[in-house]
Amino acid sequence: MPDPILQTHGLNSYYGDFQALYDVELDVGEGEVLAIIGANGAGKTTLMRSITGLLTNGPCQILYRGQDISRLRADEVAELGLAMVPEGRQLFPSLSVKENLMIGAQVGRKGPWDLKAVYDLFPILEERKDQASTSLSGGQQQMVAIGRALMANPDLILFDEVSLGLAPIIIKDIYEALPGIIGEGMSAIIVEQDITKALSVSSRVYCLQEGRVSLESASDTVSREDISRAYFGIE
Amino acid sequence: MEWLNAIVQGTLLGGLYALFAAGLSLIFGVMRLVNIAHGDLIVLAAYLGLTVTTATGMHPMAALVIVVPAMALIGYALQRGLLNQTLGDDILPPLLVTFGLSVIIQNGLLEVYTADPQTLNAGALETASVAVGGVALGILPLLTFGIAIAVIWGLQWTFYHTALGRAFRAVSDNQDIAQLMGLNRRHIFGLAMALALGVTAIAGILLGIRTSFDPSIGGGRLIFGFEAVIIGGLGNLWGTLVGGVILGVAQTIGAKIDPGWQVLAGHIAFLVILAIRPNGLFPRISG
Repeated sequence: MPDPILQTHGLNSYYGDFQALYDVELDVGEGEVLAIIGANGAGKTTLMRSITGLLTNGPCQILYRGQDISRLRADEVAELGLAMVPEGRQLFPSLSVKENLMIGAQVGRKGPWDLKAVYDLFPILEERKDQASTSLSGGQQQMVAIGRALMANPDLILFDEVSLGLAPIIIKDIYEALPGIIGEGMSAIIVEQDITKALSVSSRVYCLQEGRVSLESASDTVSREDISRAYFGIE
Repeated sequence: MEWLNAIVQGTLLGGLYALFAAGLSLIFGVMRLVNIAHGDLIVLAAYLGLTVTTATGMHPMAALVIVVPAMALIGYALQRGLLNQTLGDDILPPLLVTFGLSVIIQNGLLEVYTADPQTLNAGALETASVAVGGVALGILPLLTFGIAIAVIWGLQWTFYHTALGRAFRAVSDNQDIAQLMGLNRRHIFGLAMALALGVTAIAGILLGIRTSFDPSIGGGRLIFGFEAVIIGGLGNLWGTLVGGVILGVAQTIGAKIDPGWQVLAGHIAFLVILAIRPNGLFPRISG
């Protein structure tokens, strides 16, 4: 396996007094696409918030290219080349489509992604660039959210539930676009409830259950039975 | 003609109130912080102007070159060092802390400058006027109104056409996601407060040239600023100018009827508008 770009060691995360993650051990290889699945409340989004620095963690629990990032603020983590497409898209309502994309470039990292590259990927966004981001359809908003993350030219990109609340046809479009996005040497973590979709684009899969890793496997060899067991915790 | 005069003078006075209000509006818009110490910061700026003019012999308008950056610096330090720590889901801590700050500034000013009323000496600018159609327009009020328009236009432009303005709006929309985009909200808030206090510095100097001031008058300026913001509608800077003008006109008309009614008439106009349109005339932010 290639050197890990991201590793977690005994990651414990808390929401106030409530512990949401227990001793999570996880690694993402350079250029690898990792899928994380799990039921609602299993801790997937908490894991994303911990990695991106929106939740603070204990020291040395998260390493990015060997550097301890567990205590960094989210903007400092972003500058290192880690971007997220957040759950529920979370565009900035008072910014236009174009401004939303430009905010993504705020970290100032160089790379192949700029406004033109994003418009080439999602031509509809160029037509709608001056509209309020809230006036777009759900699928188009998801394109803005993905474009916004790409504008940071990240080395590791996190997709949190990109298919949530979208029509199946749109989900299909987005997943067809994903290999082209990730193909450029980027690593990715894809958090997904749609297990088939998650397995189809990833090389390895982790399953979370009640805050613990219940399964780690190669995506192409994992069996449905293993997933059911890891997902629901039943024999 | 006397009534026309009252309306025109009130309109120009509204420019000063809009300057009082612009900083308040900006801060509330970006970080939902209600700054109770805003009026005292205006008075602090006037006193800084006094120190600069007496120490260097500069004209008060020229002193802006020093006072505006100084207030901006104070704003950034205040935000990073104190106010950021009070921001959160609860709106009460910033209210209490800025209230405390208001008391500290007032007493600090009393200690340093005593309670004696002071003015900024602007020479001929204070009394010069031009006659337009039988109404004498003071150069200072005209200048104040012009500056108010320029400041509001400048803030508006900053908000909608610069990277800084984009960052202000993004952080105002969603702090967590803005942070994910590499925007450190603590720094952005610091810049917003610096900008707001830069505007406050202009307001303070113009106030100091127009009337005498002492350490206790901050509260009154805060109320006028609040009223202009609320009348105009939250989050709308041009609305704030309209709010300032309505307040100014109500005051001069009130004073025309009976000199004792000046301040009261402004408050009554504010209450009437609040009763008819609780969100102000041109609201942009709901809630």
